[in-house]
Amino acid sequence: MSAEAGMQAWLESRVETWRQLTPQLNALERNRDHSAAEALQAIELYRALGRDLSIARRILPGSRVTQALERSYAKLHAIIYRKPHDWRARTAMLFRVEIPEIVSELRVAILWVSLLFVLSAGAGFWLVSRYPELISLLASEQMINGVESGRLWTEGLLNVTPSSVLSVSILSNNIAVSLMAFCVGVFFGLGTFYIIATNGLMLGAMFAFTHQHGLAGELLKFVTAHGVVELSVICLAGAAGTMLGEALIRPTHATRRESFQHAASKGGRLLLLCALLLVGCGFIEGYLSPDPSFPMASRVVVGFGYGLVMIGALTGHLFGRRFIKRAVAS
Amino acid sequence: MAAPQVTLQSITGVDVELRVAGVGSRSFAFVIDWHIRLILAFSWGLLGTFISFGGLTLAGAEPGPSFMFVVLLPALGIYFLYHPVLEIAMHGSTPGKRMAGVRIVTRTGDIPGAGALLVRNLFRLLDSLPFAYLIGLSTALFTAQHVRIGDLAAGTLLILDDNKHDKSFARLTSAHRSLDPRVADLLHELSERWAQLEEPTRLELARSLLARADKTLTPSELDGLNSAELWQRLQALLHPAQTS
Repeated sequence: MSAEAGMQAWLESRVETWRQLTPQLNALERNRDHSAAEALQAIELYRALGRDLSIARRILPGSRVTQALERSYAKLHAIIYRKPHDWRARTAMLFRVEIPEIVSELRVAILWVSLLFVLSAGAGFWLVSRYPELISLLASEQMINGVESGRLWTEGLLNVTPSSVLSVSILSNNIAVSLMAFCVGVFFGLGTFYIIATNGLMLGAMFAFTHQHGLAGELLKFVTAHGVVELSVICLAGAAGTMLGEALIRPTHATRRESFQHAASKGGRLLLLCALLLVGCGFIEGYLSPDPSFPMASRVVVGFGYGLVMIGALTGHLFGRRFIKRAVAS
Repeated sequence: MAAPQVTLQSITGVDVELRVAGVGSRSFAFVIDWHIRLILAFSWGLLGTFISFGGLTLAGAEPGPSFMFVVLLPALGIYFLYHPVLEIAMHGSTPGKRMAGVRIVTRTGDIPGAGALLVRNLFRLLDSLPFAYLIGLSTALFTAQHVRIGDLAAGTLLILDDNKHDKSFARLTSAHRSLDPRVADLLHELSERWAQLEEPTRLELARSLLARADKTLTPSELDGLNSAELWQRLQALLHPAQTS
C-alpha cells in the first residue's frame, strides 16, 4: 500500500467520527449536568482526538483538517478541564470562608487606610477652620451660599428628587468611588492613597465649614445613619487597593504579574461584598438620611445596627460561618 | 515577528498552540460590542420613552421613579453589564468577539471562571481612562501578549478562535477518496478563493493543482484550458457526484 493510499484509508476510517465532533462538542459545552458515562465518553473522545491530531500533524501538516482538529481538541480540553459548576456552594464558600480570610489578611492595611482617612479629615477640618476661604476649592458656590444663609444642602432634598431615584444615584456613585479606590491601587498604591486622602479631606473640610455656621450638628445628623458603613466600605476598598500596590512593590509570587493577579482576585472578592453593603447605604441615604422626621436616636440605631451587619458580613458570621473555638493548651 | 502564542498543555502529551489576538482584533471586537450594546440600550430607552409618554418627547412630562426604574436603569444596565454578563454566559465570548474571531481564555488556555471575568471587567474603569480606552490600548500595544490591565489582573488572554475550519470535516466526503487529502485541501482552498484571486494567479494555481490531481490530463491539454474550463475540472474533482 502506498503512503497516499494508507493516508486515505486512515482518513476514511476517521472521517465519520470527525463529522460528529461539532454537534458533540456543542452538546457537551451546553449541558453541565453530565452523567458518569457521558464524562467517560468525553475523555475517551479526548484521547482519540489527541491520537488523530498527532497523526494529522505528521501526515497533513498545516492543512485545514489539522487546524480543525486542533480547534476541536482545544475546545474539548477546555470542556473537560472546566471547574465544577455549583453556584450555591461557591457563593457560600465565598462569603463564609474566603472574604473573612481576606479581611483578616488585610487587617493592618485597613487600620492604616482608616488612619489616613481620619488624619486627612482632621487636616481638612483644620485647614478650613484656619483658612475659611479654602472651602471654595472643595464645595460649589450654591452649596457655600446655602450654608452661609443657614441652610444645609441636604435640606429639602426629598422635595427635589424622589427617594428611589436619589438612592440609586447615590449608591451607583458610591460603588463607582469604591471601585475606583481599588483599581487605582495599581499605581503602586498611590492612586488609592490619593482617593482616600481626598475623601477624608473633603469630609473634614465640610464639617469645619458647617461648624463655622452652626450647622455641623445637622450635617452629623444627616451622615450618622449611612456614614458608618459607607465610610468604612471606602476604607475597605482602599485597603484592597493598597494590596494591589503592595503586590507590585513587594511581590509575593514568582513574578510581579502573578502577584498582582493574585491580589486583584482577592481584592475583587472583597469588593463584591463592599458593593452589596453600599446598596444598603444608598437606600438609607436616599430614604432615611434626608428625612427630617427621623430623630437622631433612630439614626444612631440604624447607623450602628448596619455597622454590626457589616461586621457580621466581613467576619462571615452573617452567612453562617461558625465560631471556631481554639483549643487551649493546658 | 511571530505572533505570541500560549500553549495548551494536555495530559495526552499532544499540546496545542493558541495564537494570541493582537490589538487590531481586540479593538475590532470591542467596536462591534460597543455598537451592539449602544443600540440595545438606546432602543430600550426610546421604546420606554415612547410607551411612557406616547411619543419621543419629554417636553411637558415629568419623568417619575417608574420611568427611572423601568426605562433608564435597564438601559444603563444593558450598557454597563453587557460585557460581564455575556462573557460569563458565553464562556469568555461575546457577539463582537465571535464576529472578530477572538475568545477569552486563562493563561493556561482554559475557560476563565466568573470571578476572573468579573475582575477583568472591573478594571475597565481604569483601562478606559482618560478617554477611548487609552490606558487599555497603550498597555495592549506594549505588552508581549497584548493584554490590558484588566487581563493582567484576571490572568486572562484574548486568543484567535476562528470557526471557519469547522467546515473542513464536512468537506472530507467519500467523493474525495480518489484524491490525495493534501491536494484535496488545497483544491478546496483554491475553490473558495477563486473569485478573489487575480486571473493569472488562479489559472497558474489551478493548472499546478490539476496536474497533481488529474493524471489523465497532459500538460499541453492543461495549458489549453481557459478559466471556466479549469473551474469545471476543479468542481468535478471536488464534487464528482454533483457534476456527473
